[in-house]
Amino acid sequence: MTWDWQFAANSVPLILQGLLVTLQITVLGSLVAYTLGLVFALVRRARIPVVDQLLFLFIEFVRSTPLLVQIFVLYYVFPSAFGIRMSAFVTGVIAIGVHYACYTSEVYRAGIDAVPKGQWEAATALSLPRRRVWTSVILPQAVPRVLPALGNYTISMFKETPLLLAIGVVDLVNAAKAAGNESYRFVEVYTIAGLLFLLLSYPASLLVRRLERRVEPV
Amino acid sequence: MSNQSDPPMIRFDNVVKRFGDNTVLDGFTCRMAPGEFVTLIGPSGSGKTTILRLVMTLERVTDGLIEIDGSPLSHMHRGGKLVPADEKHLAGVRTRIGMVFQQFNLFPNMTVLRNITEAPVRVLGLTPAEADERARDLLDLVGLADKADEHPSRLSGGQQQRVAIARALAMRPDVLLLDEVTSALDPELVAGVLGLLGHIADTTDITFLCVTHEMGFARDVSDRVLMFDHGRVIEDAPPERLFTDPREERTREFLQAVVGRT
Ligand SMILES: Nc1ncnc2c1ncn2[C@@H]1O[C@H](COP(=O)(O)OP(=O)(O)O)[C@@H](O)[C@H]1O
Ligand SMILES: [Mg+2]
Repeated sequence: MTWDWQFAANSVPLILQGLLVTLQITVLGSLVAYTLGLVFALVRRARIPVVDQLLFLFIEFVRSTPLLVQIFVLYYVFPSAFGIRMSAFVTGVIAIGVHYACYTSEVYRAGIDAVPKGQWEAATALSLPRRRVWTSVILPQAVPRVLPALGNYTISMFKETPLLLAIGVVDLVNAAKAAGNESYRFVEVYTIAGLLFLLLSYPASLLVRRLERRVEPV
Repeated sequence: MSNQSDPPMIRFDNVVKRFGDNTVLDGFTCRMAPGEFVTLIGPSGSGKTTILRLVMTLERVTDGLIEIDGSPLSHMHRGGKLVPADEKHLAGVRTRIGMVFQQFNLFPNMTVLRNITEAPVRVLGLTPAEADERARDLLDLVGLADKADEHPSRLSGGQQQRVAIARALAMRPDVLLLDEVTSALDPELVAGVLGLLGHIADTTDITFLCVTHEMGFARDVSDRVLMFDHGRVIEDAPPERLFTDPREERTREFLQAVVGRT
């Protein structure tokens, strides 16, 4: 098998379009995972009966089943079961975002637990209202410490977007595949796709490692 | 001199506190007059911190009643009866009480100034400018006027504790609780912080409830000293009497042990 430079060059625009989709899903999925994970962590901490147990079961369920299955369920089962129909892109963002929220909630929990008890007590002694304690004292200390862990999950999400092939989202890998399909040449397109992953993942993980060194570990 | 008919600033009435089956306070009864400086001494584990934490509403009483300035703290009136206080009631009475902790517990994510202004703005409703002015006056008082914009981690333990004192004073509390506030300090920083507290006690009418192992300080500033042992007050006397002529054998032993240690 030979390397066809011309073909490789011609494929690049299509593959870059796929990269854009991958990045969009990664960013939007991260936003969902970061915010929903925090909500999960706060709700679980409030220990509201029933809600707490249900959320626990949901999180355990999501964490112990494959993402691919969840993607299928969301895309093929939800529309017929609940009448909720979403585009493949939106389904992908939600599936990945919710899946990772179940992991980030654990990260937030650890970060919140790592804030010393004395901080809560000092805030109480100053009569700060509960909400204010969270927003002024606890989260500003907990969140910086969990940023590296959140960053790592974003990198994982980035690498898992090709799973959305299953529901037809044209991400980076699927765009490469599509480009290859036209002429049955795959070496160039998959090599380019792989290089692009490496080019983005590796600096990102270096960044996370630098962040890790700067914040106190949980 | 406080009049007997004035309501005490703090009143403990038969207060019992248990953790599981560990009875930490076993019927603690005591009154503290407005402006009084009361020091609690006693061996480690005798329940001194627990008393402060009950007043600060960081713990709930198992039984008995605590009152602040004639109104219930641990309880509240509902339908003509006294029932255990709910969070709303506690939030209301808590503002009259301040506490300084052994480990300072400053907020590391805020500057010194913001540590002091946060609660006056969020709780008392001061404008940022008013809170700022109050905080700077207090920083002056504690001798840290030049540290307003530092973060706590850049300060020595003694300086951090001074900020914590300023932070508590910014709420203008009627009662200030001090829990071994110099125990975590390097020895050379202790005298300065104690001197500051003595000055504040002299120049304000705050009621102090203080746990300390600094017997010289206790003797200088206290109006009364309570000796604790196993969740009970075994001796309650003015410092000049308690330190020179303890009536109880346990007090004598304790004082000897503490003096021997320092
Ligand atoms: N949150 C808690 N849970 C269980 N036991 C506690 C708790 N806080 C204090 N205690 C117990 O109460 C007793 C008195 O503690 P404390 O009031 O801290 O004593 P002191 O301040 O006189 O050293 C100790 O036996 C301690 O173990
Ligand atoms: Mg103690």
